Amino acid sequence: MTKTSGLRVSGWRGGALAVAALVVCVIIAFVAGRFPVSLSDLVHALWSRLSGQPSGLPASVETVIFNIRGPRVVAAVLCGAALAVAGTAFQGLFRNPLVSPDLLGASSGSALGAVLGIYFSLGIFAIQGLAFVGGLVAVAAVYAVGSAIRAGDKILVLVLTGVVIGSLLGAGIGLIKYLADPYNQLPAMTFWLLGSLAGTDPSDILPLFGPVLVGTIVLFLLRWRMNVMSLPEDEAQALGLATGPLRFAIVAAATLVTAASVAAAGIIGWVGLVVPHLARFLVGPDFGRLLPTAAILGGGYLLLIDTLARTIAPVEIPLGILTAVIGTPFFIWLLAVSHRSWS
Amino acid sequence: MSEISNLAARDLAYGYPARTIGRDVTIALNAGEALALLGPNGGGKTTLLKTLLGLLPPQAGSIMLGQRPLASISLAERARLIAYVPQSHAGTFAFTAVEIVLMGRTAHMGLFGAPSVKDRSVAHAMLERLGIAHLAGQPYTMISGGERQLVLVARALAQEPRFIILDEPTASLDFGNQGKVMRQIKALTGEGLGVLFTSHDPNQALRYADRVALLGEGRVLAAGRTSDVLTQRALAALYSAGVEVLTTPEGRVAFLPG
Repeated sequence: MTKTSGLRVSGWRGGALAVAALVVCVIIAFVAGRFPVSLSDLVHALWSRLSGQPSGLPASVETVIFNIRGPRVVAAVLCGAALAVAGTAFQGLFRNPLVSPDLLGASSGSALGAVLGIYFSLGIFAIQGLAFVGGLVAVAAVYAVGSAIRAGDKILVLVLTGVVIGSLLGAGIGLIKYLADPYNQLPAMTFWLLGSLAGTDPSDILPLFGPVLVGTIVLFLLRWRMNVMSLPEDEAQALGLATGPLRFAIVAAATLVTAASVAAAGIIGWVGLVVPHLARFLVGPDFGRLLPTAAILGGGYLLLIDTLARTIAPVEIPLGILTAVIGTPFFIWLLAVSHRSWS
Repeated sequence: MSEISNLAARDLAYGYPARTIGRDVTIALNAGEALALLGPNGGGKTTLLKTLLGLLPPQAGSIMLGQRPLASISLAERARLIAYVPQSHAGTFAFTAVEIVLMGRTAHMGLFGAPSVKDRSVAHAMLERLGIAHLAGQPYTMISGGERQLVLVARALAQEPRFIILDEPTASLDFGNQGKVMRQIKALTGEGLGVLFTSHDPNQALRYADRVALLGEGRVLAAGRTSDVLTQRALAALYSAGVEVLTTPEGRVAFLPG
């Protein structure tokens, strides 16, 4: 490769930059907050866990690190990575840089599941379970209906089906909110719909980590085929790809990670739309480099947002609001400096 | 693998599920020759190409690749035997030219595979061969239409196929690039590849094809050696338009729409 264009940096430098940004975000997230934890406390606590020797720190510091901030840091990184990976996959698959992971109804399905759970006053695990299943069922329904319609451009049919079923689910969410108790349930629903990691505890990590890991590994294994899938369908087939089964696998994997993320943190827009652009800006469109870079950047970005959400005001600020407030000017700046590199 | 001497359609009917576009088409592309497919807009050329590539199932008749029915050959194996060069388009994402060419190697990789060192050297060799090695690291979205067309030809060559099917390879090219691309395409037949291309310009068929087939309203109106088939009368009938013939003192012929 003789020459790269514009501001794009070489693969490993872009990757190294992303990893460095994530590490900085993690350290800030552990140290920032009302309860003081210093960098040396953090290093000592982590070292004592690794070596098995007592850290000599007050129990309260260890509790904050391992039971309060730790799970929240891990959950933020996982959710951000999941949304960015799913967004990257969908933008390639649908050959459209304006697509986000909820294109096929994953978020609306999850939201309806969660809102139903809150309406029936279920426990937090049942609400998260319903949200996860709701996302999967919604996308499965969109996929089944879209595939049953045998007309014209398959991808266009799928997208339109997603839009239509998404607005039907939106009507369902509206109905439940209308019926909900305005003093107890409605605020909980609104809070959930805007996204938050405030209630994260250690037991939340595994149900999030499992699906995100599985989906991300599947997408990474298919990285080269995903490059080819971003060509028009007849070309991809002429290059030897069975586009139908591949599309199914990519949608299934991306939906799995999206639903897991939405179940854990509620609806957080923006990350899945914009982080892929930032990653492409850094390392180019090849999925072999793009997917890991998007995962790392997405994790770091959402962690930064979550750290701000719990520190800049006396009350928690919903993540969905902060991602937009911080992300929009950043994206506009990116558009201005990157010329065509989002494409 | 035994030598595959041709890609042959017999009594083919083709089109989309609710709409038949062509019927009774018998056409063969032989290894080592260039076959041009001429016909008016909407005559069914692109649909025929897609059917010959196996992207659309035939509605009747047979397509044989050597001794085997095309439909019995897996997508990946087909891609190692027949390559497709579509009309060039800008593309959605800024892959580099060499990444686009590497996509031609997909059928040589496993399901979870990524390009090997060998794949990369094949890709670079194909760019070199078409005289566009300097484009390797350039984003495909930023190069000219002629360069894109050559990159797509390089991608087809990277498939290491026996046959190449090109859909109007010169449609978006300027005068100079038309000659450049067509000369490269013609040169491939010298290495035993069978090349099928569609064109709007009978002169291209005259100059670069060994044989020509005239496709009008979904039927083959005439097929055979270029010099036999391409007459003023045949072209006038095919395009329902006047055709003027110019003949040089050396006996070379060119057609003008008139």
